[in-house]
Amino acid sequence: MDKNMYAIEVERLTKIYGKGETAVTAIEDATLQVNPGELVAILGPSGSGKTTLLTCIGLINEPTHGTVVIDGTTVADDGWKSGIDLKRMRREKLGFIFQAHNLIPFLTAQENVMIALEINNMTKNEAKSRATELLTSLNLGHRLGNYPSALSGGEAQRVAIARALANKPRVILADEPTAALDTENGKNVMALLKKLAVENHSAILVVTHDHRMVEGFDRIFQVSDGRIIDEKNYIDVG
Amino acid sequence: MNLAIRDIRYHRGRFILTSIGLGLLLGVVISMGGIYRGLIADALAILHANKADIWVVQQNTNGPFAESSRIPEDIKYRIRAVPGVAEASPISFQTIQIERHGKPFRFFLIGYELSGFGGPPEIVTGRGIRQKHYEMVAAKAMGMEIGEKIHLGLHDYTVVGITSKIVSSSGDPAAYVSLADAQDIQFKKDNDAIRNDRERIGANLAGIQSLSPVQSNYLQQNISGITESTHTVNTVVARLSPGANLQEVQKRISRWNHFKPISDAEQTAILAKGMIEKARMQLGLFRVILLVISAVIISLIIYTSTLDKIKVIATLKLIGSQNRVIIGMILQQSLLMGFIAYFIGYGLILLTYEKFPRRIVLEAFDMQILFVIVMAICIISSFVGIRKALKVEPGEALGG
Repeated sequence: MDKNMYAIEVERLTKIYGKGETAVTAIEDATLQVNPGELVAILGPSGSGKTTLLTCIGLINEPTHGTVVIDGTTVADDGWKSGIDLKRMRREKLGFIFQAHNLIPFLTAQENVMIALEINNMTKNEAKSRATELLTSLNLGHRLGNYPSALSGGEAQRVAIARALANKPRVILADEPTAALDTENGKNVMALLKKLAVENHSAILVVTHDHRMVEGFDRIFQVSDGRIIDEKNYIDVG
Repeated sequence: MNLAIRDIRYHRGRFILTSIGLGLLLGVVISMGGIYRGLIADALAILHANKADIWVVQQNTNGPFAESSRIPEDIKYRIRAVPGVAEASPISFQTIQIERHGKPFRFFLIGYELSGFGGPPEIVTGRGIRQKHYEMVAAKAMGMEIGEKIHLGLHDYTVVGITSKIVSSSGDPAAYVSLADAQDIQFKKDNDAIRNDRERIGANLAGIQSLSPVQSNYLQQNISGITESTHTVNTVVARLSPGANLQEVQKRISRWNHFKPISDAEQTAILAKGMIEKARMQLGLFRVILLVISAVIISLIIYTSTLDKIKVIATLKLIGSQNRVIIGMILQQSLLMGFIAYFIGYGLILLTYEKFPRRIVLEAFDMQILFVIVMAICIISSFVGIRKALKVEPGEALGG
């Protein structure tokens, strides 16, 4: 891999919902780059467009204009690029962490991690071994056989992080990962993400409205009314 | 990893209850099919038990089951003399309803010639009828014991044997007595009626001035003999010699006045097509309606189960799951539910079919066809859930 290649590269991204008079511009001319191993936050109030930006980068929402490049692959260039298998890209290159952990309720902690590996064609035994290793590294070795309903909020979110990390993605996208947690657990999760970004050399992009949670982030993009209005603590690795 | 099994394992209480409910419904569908087959089996039970080639009945009737038929008993001699006929035996049939232990007790009484055929097909307990009078063989379903007495007509009859499941075309259990006894029960008048008839005949003859007292007395005795005779039967059944031509024998008997020979195949058609056709159609319609209801219920269960899993499906899509994983989860659950429900229904009927008032006949072919139909319904029903699941956007996993 080219050592100067960004993990995420977004150029003049615009997302417009609807057409004509009812058209609403959710994101306008957003440009950002995230390096591998970087922990970056998109900070903004509700309705500012930060989640729309995340979903466009996460290959869920088709950008109206602009380009999105994930790990060197251009996935959008004024709309989805033809020939790109979005599901496969999401499976192999991206990891997602959600506001409310989104663990599958009828799978145990271990199976929740295994499912992400098995849909990426890993054998059951390999998936089991990798899931155990990941959960143990996140201090959840004693919770392998527990269902999400039996886990605390912090534990469930750590299982969700393990699931996001399962396929060793180049990019991890987190949508308000601390919203359902108390301050202490929230800070622990953010600290864990920072540690993982460095250890796994993954780019981690976190969307949040809570400025208290972005302490120690490598960079912070401030979003308001669909525009990136500010960028702090920029570290130029280029 | 099989998501369908994992989901069922987690929600096993709900799944088991749903399957039991559906199983009960399928049990009703299975029992309907069994009742239909039972209707045919019942309708043809006496026919099959007799193994007759020809049923000679009253002219212009489709007796003795579909219509009333009365013919003289002594026609048996003439039938036995027809070339090709190996044996012929007179039989009488009547439905009897009496009070027993304070409850209505209904059965089908068959009278047969002890030296002929048409008697009970097998004796499961006790023995067959040996004496010409006052002995009876009862079907198991009548619930009678050996040695038990029952009052019919003017006399008491003792149960000497129990036969297996032989019933009339309307499902009433059958009992056998000698032909003479059956004729007495059906046709013999009580003493008051006989006296009354004799006096009426005497009075009518006395009114004829041209008759001498000797002639009048002679006529009275003869007329009374005829009116008091019980030598009437409902049919005479005949078996042909090996190689005999059925049509030839039928043609010959048809030439006689007052009689109609019905072949076993024709009698089967009269019973199966004529007598139970409406019941068959009714049951068939019920089965179709119940299967449609089952399909609607399965569709609703699968659809609501899919709605419950919208977030799960969206999450699976978001993490890059292939559609086949999601389709497989829904389809397998639907099939598994149908599979379990089918066997619950089947097991239920297997455990209870003997308690049904009418005979239930479960045929392997019917069960296989129903299984295929249930599986097809499950596949079709799962389409509503699959359609919903495929429309779920991965973005629905985001947010609280």
